[in-house]
Amino acid sequence: MRYEAPNTTKEAAKLLAKEKGAAFVLAGGTDLLVRMKAGMTEPDLVVDIKHIPAMQEIKTTASGFKIGAVVSGATLGENKKLKKAWPGVVEAANLIGSDQIQGRCTMVGNLCNASPAADSVPAMIAAGAKAAVVGPNGRRTVAVENIATGPGSTSLAKGEVIESISLPKRPTKSGDAYLRFIPRTEMDIAVVSAGVNLTLEKGVIKTARVALGAVAPTALLVEDAAKAIIGTKLDDEALDALAAACSAACNPIDDKRGTVEYRTRVAGVLAKRAANIAFERAGGKK
Amino acid sequence: MDHDTSFTNQTFKTVGTRVNRPDGVDKVTGRARYGADATAPGQLVGLFLRSPHAHAKITKLDVSKAEKIKGVKAVITSADLPDRFGGKGGQYDTLVNCMARDRVLYDGHAVAAVAAIDHATARKALKAIKVSYEVLPHVTDVDEAMAPGAPVVNENVFTSGMDPRPTKPSNVSRISTFGHGDVDVGFAEADVIIEKSFKTEQTHQGYIEPHACLASVGPDGSADLWVTTQGHFTFRTMCSALLGMDMAKLKVTSSEIGGGFGGKTHVWVEPIALALSRKANRPVKVVMTRDEVFRATGPTCSTSMDIKIGAKRDGTITAAQSILRYQNGAFPATWAMMGAMTSFACYDLKNCKSVGYDVLCNRPKVAAYRAPSAPMAAFGVESVVDMVAAEIGMDPVEFRIKNAAKEGTRASYGPTYGPIGIGPTLEAVKNHPHMKAPLGPNQGRGMACGFWFNFGGQTCVDINIGTDGTINLTLGTVDVGGARASMSLICAEELGIPYEQVKANVADTSTLGHNDTTEGSRGTFSSGMATIFAAREAITELKSRAAKMWGIPVEAVEWSEGSATAVGDEHSNLADLSLAEIAAASPGTGGPIAGHNEVVADGAGVSFASHICDVEVDPETGGTKVLRYTVVQDAGKAIHPDYVEGQFQGGAAQGIGWALNEEYIYGDDGRLQNAGFLDYRIPVCSDLPFIDTEILEIPNPNHPYGIRGVGETSIVPPLAAIGNAVSNAAGVRMDHVPMSPPRILKALDDAGQ
Amino acid sequence: MSSVHVSTTINGDPVEFACPADESLLDSLRDRVGLTGSKEGCGTGDCGACSITLNGRLVCSCLVLGAEANGQEIGTVEGLHANGELHPLQQQFINNAALQCGICTPGFLVAAKALLDRNPDPDEEEIRYALAGNLCRCTGYDKIVRAVQAAAKQMRK
Repeated sequence: MRYEAPNTTKEAAKLLAKEKGAAFVLAGGTDLLVRMKAGMTEPDLVVDIKHIPAMQEIKTTASGFKIGAVVSGATLGENKKLKKAWPGVVEAANLIGSDQIQGRCTMVGNLCNASPAADSVPAMIAAGAKAAVVGPNGRRTVAVENIATGPGSTSLAKGEVIESISLPKRPTKSGDAYLRFIPRTEMDIAVVSAGVNLTLEKGVIKTARVALGAVAPTALLVEDAAKAIIGTKLDDEALDALAAACSAACNPIDDKRGTVEYRTRVAGVLAKRAANIAFERAGGKK
Repeated sequence: MDHDTSFTNQTFKTVGTRVNRPDGVDKVTGRARYGADATAPGQLVGLFLRSPHAHAKITKLDVSKAEKIKGVKAVITSADLPDRFGGKGGQYDTLVNCMARDRVLYDGHAVAAVAAIDHATARKALKAIKVSYEVLPHVTDVDEAMAPGAPVVNENVFTSGMDPRPTKPSNVSRISTFGHGDVDVGFAEADVIIEKSFKTEQTHQGYIEPHACLASVGPDGSADLWVTTQGHFTFRTMCSALLGMDMAKLKVTSSEIGGGFGGKTHVWVEPIALALSRKANRPVKVVMTRDEVFRATGPTCSTSMDIKIGAKRDGTITAAQSILRYQNGAFPATWAMMGAMTSFACYDLKNCKSVGYDVLCNRPKVAAYRAPSAPMAAFGVESVVDMVAAEIGMDPVEFRIKNAAKEGTRASYGPTYGPIGIGPTLEAVKNHPHMKAPLGPNQGRGMACGFWFNFGGQTCVDINIGTDGTINLTLGTVDVGGARASMSLICAEELGIPYEQVKANVADTSTLGHNDTTEGSRGTFSSGMATIFAAREAITELKSRAAKMWGIPVEAVEWSEGSATAVGDEHSNLADLSLAEIAAASPGTGGPIAGHNEVVADGAGVSFASHICDVEVDPETGGTKVLRYTVVQDAGKAIHPDYVEGQFQGGAAQGIGWALNEEYIYGDDGRLQNAGFLDYRIPVCSDLPFIDTEILEIPNPNHPYGIRGVGETSIVPPLAAIGNAVSNAAGVRMDHVPMSPPRILKALDDAGQ
Repeated sequence: MSSVHVSTTINGDPVEFACPADESLLDSLRDRVGLTGSKEGCGTGDCGACSITLNGRLVCSCLVLGAEANGQEIGTVEGLHANGELHPLQQQFINNAALQCGICTPGFLVAAKALLDRNPDPDEEEIRYALAGNLCRCTGYDKIVRAVQAAAKQMRK
């Protein structure tokens, strides 16, 4: 195995593109090294992107936030502006594992590892986040929900790497929230999760995005769930419709972490609870 | 915490104080050396090739290519390990478990091992081993293994305990029965009978330190084994037998142990590490991965059981019956027998019957796990006890108090009890402030009792007094939780000197006589006893030296508060001689002063506990949170109260994990799916509240200080304490452990909530 | 397998070693540098026994490549005590019987120090969640939390 630590995104993309063997990006390493230890992945080349300045920072821009690909969960959690604007995204990222994992893990790594249960992804999707993809043929912008294509696979072409995640500018009276169900209080992969992002106008939900995790091969953007709460003040009827739409959208599996029926049921429960929190954060009153 | 001084006629000066442990500084600075922390010049890396099948014949095993790789120094298969046992018996089973012979019996069963100059080369060697399997039908569930037509795990196992002896092999290796009276008569007398079946899934001891050793065999057959173990003498016996080595030539040194709980009482990789070293003529270091620990060491049994208890309306239990089915993994053992023995040990019963079926499955060879076999039976029994109490409208604590065993009770497993602690722990629970604390919505409280025998066993101890009066206390019992501190306290107490003057260490196997494994809560009891007798022997010698120094008869010398005193008016002019003074003079009075004791410690006292638990159950997700937990347990005499509390809390935490989340998950292919700490979910810090403890002291009359073993009992009550708490919180009776959120939610759904 | 040459700082001292590119920092610390205080309990970031600080951040060294240590600053349990004196956390762990077998103790000490460095007055819940990445099988965490509380109090004086 060879280890390279380039200083620019372009260089990283080039290294990845021209490698004939198995090439992997190393950001936090909290997924890659686990796979290597299990013998599931045997890289010929590892490209450490942590020395690339364009990937290292959280920038506030006119159009929102730009979060570099190697920004750790811990760093995200310390950014007061980001926490204020996007508490759901930050809390989701901060749920990826222990403090030790938080010291290294990244949202982009979480996204590209493409586990259906990735914690940061439903919140990013609900937020309408976009990924800046850099490859040998230049740059393109991809909605986060279009990155993962199935468990462990992404739509990125050979040589492409995500340089940053952008979150849109936040209208006032907006709130987002992310909840996951795990059997312990920490350290578990999400059994089922829900991210809700909404904006109010005159106390009524004007726009909403609802995403679910761990209930399908990829995180799901559930448009019917959003429709169920748009135009409402999140009364019980709306919440029930939200839960039903979420459960209907689920296509989970039975595995060592949960059953089909459990995930389908609890997806609805979590969506309701997350919606309530997002509503409250947006200044909503019932 | 009241010690009954009338019993032992002792008040203690040193014993019972909370001193700092002697191994503490090394452990907090990272200096302490565990199994994987030793190195030897020229050492090789040892790795194992393991079966991916639950049950298969090995049709081809060709290691020739692996052996030829540059840097590979030895490859071991069963061909290198002759059978010295005639193909049967416990040691043969151990040999087969360490390295498969003609067939593999569980996912993870070792097939070959390599020793190479580095990790990468060893991995390459494993890949170069050609192995082919003929996959056979497998069975991993205990009930399925007992059903007619189940795949037979071992064609050479016939059910023992049946008359006439069966002619066809069976997955049931043994049937054991315990009890007295006539349960049919008892049930006929009952006003209320509750009968229920339960299942518990397999769990692992979950010690944080994986098995590791450094084996070094010389060309003359002398060998050194540095190893993390609960019993280095036992390991010496096992390894020397398996490899045909002389016991005295195999020096086993116990490293610090990073947790055992019974799982390190047995060899797994150690004999193979020695075999590799012998073949390679170089030291070989073997460190198991966490995946290997789960797949190929010794978890506890998964079980299935039927419990039936009958009682009169006045609360008297008239009959109690437990039918237990415990799977032992792929080798016969007696775990169900132990479960049958413990089932009703807390109660004074006229009619009781326990039957244990020990069953083979294609799973790893079960090893002891802290009060082995008791927690599962207690889950069923203590759940049904609560159900019976509820049925007759009696408070669950009062119901237990009414039926509790006491001194003179004939135990359900045979012996008659001396003074015991079950009644006192129940009374303490009844009066504990925890029982009166208010509960909120979706919250419930449960309690349960538990029992564990304690063991004595072979022990020896050396005390050597330095000429400056400081003491080397040499123990053979591995220190798993603070024994060096406790033994130092006992030694200091006996000699009448400060704790700081005693330095305890655990000797290797060439330095001391055989000591049994640290298990069965025997450490403090046995080593304590041996330490006391060794100290008294040293005192005899000290008094004799003092007499010599004074020139008076030894009968005129007494030992008190660390000094020799001359008694009698004619000797009143003689100032006391301290231990240090006598030691300083020892070169001239007869040489080094020592005390020694070898004992098969007998008369271990049984230990009872009662626990109280509050939980909150989320009715929409089945998620359960433990809000409050209290352990009340009888320690006989708490030598070091902090460490006794630590045992109570640690056992309770393991029981809580077992009750709520821990289980081995097997696929239909017979492979273990969760062989890691991510999906084998032990409690994390945020899962638990502070665990309150109350130490009771009902002295064990068979020990000079009244000591009872404490290390194990605290894992016995939690499964039922939580089951009863969940029942009271959510209104559903759980019959399947772990009570994971999907199971609780399903139970709520089935109950129509 | 290519070998990587690493120049790094460990507990304030300059250290150099060479390691295979795919070796974890945990293995490099233990096998190349001889610092065996950090332990492998799982190798997959689930137990925290290998906890160290990397440029002041608490991380699992089993999930960092030895190669990544180049030019960085590493803190291990061996660096906790200074000038022959135990760190208050180390002393309080002993005083409060917060260790039994001790295998998890180095990881807990490094994690607890990282907590107190950023939050000198944590409440019980904050302590428990900050230490959720460190598994202990012996103590039930009770005395560990009490030891951290005692150390925090002592350090705030």
